[in-house]
Amino acid sequence: MKMFTCIKYVPDTSEAEVKLNAEGTGVDSSRFSYDINDADNYAVEESVLLKEKYEGDVTVVSIGPKSSDVMIRMAMAKGCDRAIRIEDERIADHDPLMVARVLAGAIKDQEFDLVFTGCMAEDYGQAVTGVALAEILGVPHAAYVKKVEVEDGKVKAHRELEGGLREVVEISLPAVLTIQTGINEPRYAPIRGIRQAQKKELKVMNLDDLGVPVEEVGADASLVVLEKLYIPVVESKAEIIEGDPDEKAEKLASILVKGGLV
Amino acid sequence: MGNVLVLAEHRQGELRDISIEMLALAPSVAEALGGEVTVLLLGSGVDEMAGKIAGHGVKVLVVDDPLFADYNSDKYQKVLSALIDEYKPRLVMLGQTAQGADLAPALAVEKKLPFVPDIIGLEVEEGVIKATRQLYSGKVNAVVALKEADTGLVAVREAAFEAPDPVDAGAVEKIDSPLKEDLDYRKFVEYIEAEIGDVDITQSEILVGVGRGLKEDKNLPIAEELAELIKADLCGSRAACDAGWLSDDRQVGTSGKTVQPNLYICMGISGAFQHVAGMKGAKTVVAINKDPNAPIFAEADYAIVDDLLKVVPSLIEKLKELKG
Ligand SMILES: Cc1cc2nc3c(=O)[nH]c(=O)nc-3n(C[C@H](O)[C@H](O)[C@H](O)COP(=O)(O)OP(=O)(O)OC[C@H]3O[C@@H](n4cnc5c(N)ncnc54)[C@H](O)[C@@H]3O)c2cc1C
Repeated sequence: MKMFTCIKYVPDTSEAEVKLNAEGTGVDSSRFSYDINDADNYAVEESVLLKEKYEGDVTVVSIGPKSSDVMIRMAMAKGCDRAIRIEDERIADHDPLMVARVLAGAIKDQEFDLVFTGCMAEDYGQAVTGVALAEILGVPHAAYVKKVEVEDGKVKAHRELEGGLREVVEISLPAVLTIQTGINEPRYAPIRGIRQAQKKELKVMNLDDLGVPVEEVGADASLVVLEKLYIPVVESKAEIIEGDPDEKAEKLASILVKGGLV
Repeated sequence: MGNVLVLAEHRQGELRDISIEMLALAPSVAEALGGEVTVLLLGSGVDEMAGKIAGHGVKVLVVDDPLFADYNSDKYQKVLSALIDEYKPRLVMLGQTAQGADLAPALAVEKKLPFVPDIIGLEVEEGVIKATRQLYSGKVNAVVALKEADTGLVAVREAAFEAPDPVDAGAVEKIDSPLKEDLDYRKFVEYIEAEIGDVDITQSEILVGVGRGLKEDKNLPIAEELAELIKADLCGSRAACDAGWLSDDRQVGTSGKTVQPNLYICMGISGAFQHVAGMKGAKTVVAINKDPNAPIFAEADYAIVDDLLKVVPSLIEKLKELKG
């Protein structure tokens, strides 16, 4: 089975203060720490599990800077076979349809059975790239996948719907699946794998190398314009409990008990 | 004409709330564009649903055909594609849901539509449609303009808008299915219901919720001890369930459970909208999080900005003292 797994290097902003850059056109990312997007990590694992079950190989595709090579090597340490990293400033990367077109440029002329993406990237939270990629490649897809069963040229994808309900759909291969978190238990890279990963191929390409015209994936091609960014005010009606940790705990305990809440 | 076409969503015979929530936005946008709102309903045996939607004073276009007995993104895409050609709506609206996210990106690519996903606001300024959406889990907002085009597409976040009350009866019009045959490359197989666990957290009076901020499963006993002390049940964010600290039936949020406890103490949960959507019904919310900008504080009645690993053990001691 030939597979491609698309991954993204994203900042962890769950604990960080996010500020805009001086121009207000983007965020100040200088103090962020980056890692693989959560859902993509599960996508890597799912492709490696299928490779172990059915034989085959996995090519990692990522659009990102040189610093993301550590993430790509880690995916290869876990069992992916080779990687393509696409780096080109001309890509309108706020628009997932442009991103999908670039990814398609790296995949479309190659043979493949399955393409995996994460269902959503944590930074922009759009949940678009994978399904758009399928349409561009002209193959079926299933989004928010929590279980994959491959049988005779078909895949049964268990899609996660609202409220924990699942929908099983059968689609023909080749296909694109967007993977939801929790589908598997991502492994830690074995030491041997980390060593081997250094020797695996990591090709760095730009739009010209891919043969993707900038007219199709640049800011002019994008049909949406990022007009303005702003930091929303968190409107909280909460009573803020102050003090050192023990004082806070004491005040809260008293609120809970006196208020008859516990 | 600046008409707005809204795609209704339903599942297992029930109209989903998002279908009506979108009608909180669609009429004002249609008015600003100089057009009208039409809701598209695809299904099989959906007269009652059509009537319910029409009760909001809109025109409902119904394709009632066994082909649409079960949801199928590819079939929906074929129908929408044909109807966009025929009716040329200025804007198509659908939900950012498990259905919408499986459909909208492909439709946008096929029809070359300006497309903004997961929107929480929508305006028309001098004829330009502008949508507001969130980045970085709600820490930044972005205004995204749709470039000039015959038709634009937006996917609306669930529970971001309050469903309007019914007004007067609109009209229902049935049309033939533009799609005539079943598809061979994608088939609906079955639904699998969520697993039922040992505790039904939708019925809990008090909940203690944990998130990724708990860091490791070896810290779980802190939350368990608190829960036991105050007779609470344990629940968590998706991150906590994905990590295997809790079983999936303990997950609160859009893809988990909707809870309505009297008291919800959540710790190390950032407050992603998918989580918040499931806890709107909680009466009193206590949030413990070390990030002062965490969106969870917008939902809280009592806020503690601190390290949960310091505050919670101390809270347990104080509660023991007070309760004797
Ligand atoms: C289709 C879809 C459906 C989803 N459905 C759900 C759902 O039903 N429910 C759900 O919860 N999520 C859902 N999610 C995921 C959601 O987007 C978030 O990723 C998730 O809720 C984050 O979980 P978290 O708050 O535990 O983790 P994070 O967002 O990583 O937040 C961790 C928090 O812990 C705080 N913290 C860290 N250390 C400490 C400490 N020592 N003391 C105090 N605080 C600390 C941090 O400041 C941070 O705010 C869904 C996502 C998608 C794409």
